Amino acid sequence: MLAFTIRRLVQAILVMLVVALISFTLFRFVGDPVNQMVGVETTPEQREALRERLGLNDPMLTQFGRFIINAAQFDFGTSYQFRQPVAELIGRRLPATLELSIVSAIFALFVGIPMGVYTGLHRDSILSKLFLSISLIGISLPTFFIGILLIFLFSVTLQWLPSFGRGDVVQLGWWSTGLLTWGGIKALILPAITLGLFQMTLIMRLVRSEMLEVIRTDYIKFARARGLRQRSVNFRHALKNTLVPVITITGLQLGSIIAFAIITETVFQWPGMGLLFLQSVQNVDIPIMAAYLMLIAFLFVTINLIVDLLYFQVDPRLRAERATH
Amino acid sequence: MRIKTTVATAALAATLMGTAASAETLRYAFQGTLNQLDPYTLNETFTLGSHGNVYEGLTRRAPDLTIEPALAESWEVVEPNRWRFHLRKGVKFHNGNDFTADDVVFSAERVRSEGSDLTSRIGADVKVEKVDDHTVDFILPGPNPILHYEWDTWYIMDKEWTEANNAVKVTSASDTTPNHAALNANGTGSFKVVSHEAGVKTVFEKNENWWDKPKGNIDRVEFTPIGSDATRVAALLSGELDMVYPIPVQDIKRVNDNAGTKALTGPELRTIFLGFDQKRDELLYSSVKGKNPFKDVRVRKAFYQAIDINAISDKVMRGLSTPSALLISPFQYSRSDEFERYPYDPEAAKALLAEAGYGDGFSVGMDCPNDRYVNDEAICQAVASFLARVGIKVDLNAQPKAQYFAKVLASNGYDTSFYLLGWTPGSFDSWNVLHNITGCRDDKGKGGPFNLGGYCNPKVDELSAQILVENDPVKRDELIAQAFTIIHDDVSHIPLHQQGLAWGVSDKVEVAQRADNQFHFRWVVKN
Repeated sequence: MLAFTIRRLVQAILVMLVVALISFTLFRFVGDPVNQMVGVETTPEQREALRERLGLNDPMLTQFGRFIINAAQFDFGTSYQFRQPVAELIGRRLPATLELSIVSAIFALFVGIPMGVYTGLHRDSILSKLFLSISLIGISLPTFFIGILLIFLFSVTLQWLPSFGRGDVVQLGWWSTGLLTWGGIKALILPAITLGLFQMTLIMRLVRSEMLEVIRTDYIKFARARGLRQRSVNFRHALKNTLVPVITITGLQLGSIIAFAIITETVFQWPGMGLLFLQSVQNVDIPIMAAYLMLIAFLFVTINLIVDLLYFQVDPRLRAERATH
Repeated sequence: MRIKTTVATAALAATLMGTAASAETLRYAFQGTLNQLDPYTLNETFTLGSHGNVYEGLTRRAPDLTIEPALAESWEVVEPNRWRFHLRKGVKFHNGNDFTADDVVFSAERVRSEGSDLTSRIGADVKVEKVDDHTVDFILPGPNPILHYEWDTWYIMDKEWTEANNAVKVTSASDTTPNHAALNANGTGSFKVVSHEAGVKTVFEKNENWWDKPKGNIDRVEFTPIGSDATRVAALLSGELDMVYPIPVQDIKRVNDNAGTKALTGPELRTIFLGFDQKRDELLYSSVKGKNPFKDVRVRKAFYQAIDINAISDKVMRGLSTPSALLISPFQYSRSDEFERYPYDPEAAKALLAEAGYGDGFSVGMDCPNDRYVNDEAICQAVASFLARVGIKVDLNAQPKAQYFAKVLASNGYDTSFYLLGWTPGSFDSWNVLHNITGCRDDKGKGGPFNLGGYCNPKVDELSAQILVENDPVKRDELIAQAFTIIHDDVSHIPLHQQGLAWGVSDKVEVAQRADNQFHFRWVVKN
C-alpha cells in the first residue's frame, strides 16, 4: 500500500512538472505582455527596460526554473495587469467558482438521475422522448450558446433572473458566498444550469443505459418473481446497482466542471477563476495563467490520486496482483 | 389651521420625495476592467477616464473637449518659458486635507518618476517651482504652446496622504506588492471610491464637499466590467444596467428598437489608417523580390484609390464612421476641412500600378488586429477584396491584439509589410501625429516610434520641429497644414476613417458623450 501510494505521488509530481513545462512553452506564443501593461506613448526604451525588470529577457529555462522554485513555495508572483499577488487574486475568486461548480454538479445529479431512471423504465413514453431530445440539445449545443439563449429568455424577455454577476454576496471570513441572499441565489440559477446541462445529460444517459442493462439481469427478474412491489424493485434493487459507475463519473466530472467553468463564467460575467483566466489570456498576464493551469492540473491529479487509492481499497484484485510479483 | 396642515404635509411629502429622488444610483458596465486606482500606472483612456471621476487635474475638459480651469483657476505665460498657474483656494481632498501648491509640486515629481506610465505629461527638464501656497510656476527649456493640453489627465495627488501611506513610489509593473495608492484613492474630484475589487466591481459615492456643483444628480455609482458583448447588451436591455459601452455596431438597431433603451453614437477621436513598409529594400511578405514596391508613391496612391471608403463606412461600419483625409480627427485640427481624400477610382489605381511596372499585380502580406478597433478584421477583409479587384493579392494575417502588437511594434523590429493601425493623439494635437506616426525613425523606433512602415520625409520633420516651439496659433496651424499637405501628397499612409462611439443608454438617464470616449459621472442625470 505504501509503495503504491508513493509511486502514485511521484507520478503526480511528474505530471505537474510536465504541465508546467508545456504551459510555459505555450506562453511564448500568447503575445507580448509588456505591450498590454503600458500606454501607447511609452517609448521603446522604457518598454525594453520593463521587459528586463520583469525577467522576460532571460532564457526560457531560467524563467521556468524560477517559476518552479517559487511555485513550490506557493509564490506565484504578481499579476501584470492588477499588480497584486496572484495567489491572493485566485484565492479571492475561488469561492465563486467552487459555489458555481458544486451547485451545477448537484443540479446535474438531482435532475439527471430521476430523468435517467424514468427514461430507462418507460422507454416508449412521450415524456421519455422529450427528455432524450432535451439531452441531445444539452450534448450538442455549445455552452456559450446555451448561456446566451437562457439570458435572452429569462433576463431580457421575461426579466426574471439577472443576466450577469453574482448578485449580493456575503463575506464569511475569506469566503464570499452568494447562497445566503435571495439576489445571490437568483444570480446563480442561470449559470448553474448552463454549466451543469452537459453533465446532466451525461448522467441521464448513463443512468438510462445502466438501468436498461440492470433490468434485464436475473436478480431483477427474481425480485419481480418474489412479488416485490414495482417501486421497491426499481429503486432499491435496480437503481442502487446503476449508481456505482455514476458516482465514479461524477467524481471525475467535478474536475472538468471546475475547469470548463471558464466559458460559463465569461458569458455570465461570473467573477470566478475562469473569468480571471480568460482576462489574463487577453492581457497576456502570464503569472495568472501559469498559476491557474497549475491549480487545475493539481485538481485533476488529486482527484485521480484519490480515485486510484479508492480502487486499491475497493478492488482486491489490484492488491493480489502486487502480492504475486 | 387646516390650510397650515395641508401645506406642512405637502412640504413633508416634497422633502420625502426629494430624498427619494436624490438617492440615485447609476449602474454601468464597460468591456474592460479597471485594474488599479493609482492615476499614474496606465496611460489608457478608460483607466484615466475612470480616475477622472475621483481625481482632478489643474485643467479639465468640457463635454465638447474644450479646456476649462479645474484645480487651477487661471494661468498665464509670464515669460515665453515660464507658465504661472493660480490654484483654486479652499479645495479639499476626500480625506479632508487641503489642496496646496505642495501637492502640485509633489505630483509633478511623482508623475515623472520611474514606474509612471505618464512621464510624457511633463518633460523631464521642466522645473516646477512653488511661488506661494496657491501659485506654481513651470519653467520650460523652450517654448511649448501645448504644455497643458494633456493636463486634464495629469491628476493631482495629496502629498501628505501619499507620503503617510508609503506610496510615493508608483506601483510599477515589476513590483511584487501594490502600494496603498493602487488600491485606494484620495482625490479632489466629484466622486469618491467606496470599494474597489479589480476586475469585479467598483463602487463610487458622491463627494458632498466638492468645490464645484455637479450638473447631474447621481449619488452612487456601481461599475462592473462585462467582457462578453452579448451579455453586456443583454444587461442593458433587461434594465439591470443604466448604461453600457461600447455596444457592437450590429446591435445598435436592437438597442434602439427596444423600449426603454437607446444607442448614443458619435464620432470618436481615433483615426484608423493603413500603413506601408517604406523602409526595407525588400518587403518581408511579398511576391516582389529585390525591390520594395511601396517605395514608389504611385503604388501607394493606387492602393489608396482602389479602396471604396464609402462602402466600408456603409457596409462594415454600418454608417458609424466618418471617412477621413487626415491622420487626425477634425476635432483636433481646425483646418481639417481643407483636406480631401483621393477619390475612389479602381481604373486610375490600375493605371498607376501599370505605370509603376506592376500591371500584373503582386501579392503582399497584411497584418491586422481582430479585437482592438471597431470591426478591425472586417475592415481588413474589405480592403483585401478591393485590392483584389486591381490585381493585388492580400494575404491577411488577423490576430488578437496581444499577438498583433508583439509582431509589428519596435520590440520585434517592425515585422510587417502592410498593416492597419488606429491612433488618437493623447495631447489632442497634430504634433503628436507628426512625431509618432510620420516622423522619420531609425530601426529601434527613435524619432517616430509608431511609424511602423518607416515613412520618412525630412521636410515633414523640419516643419514638425518648428510646430513644436511655435507659440502663435495661426502660424502654427499654417505650419501644420504644410506638413499635412506633404504627407497627403506623399501618401505616407492611407487614412480610412474616424470610428464611431456607440454607448447603450437607458431612457431613464442622460449622459454626456465625450468624443475621447471618457465617461464622467458628474454630467449624468437620472430620472
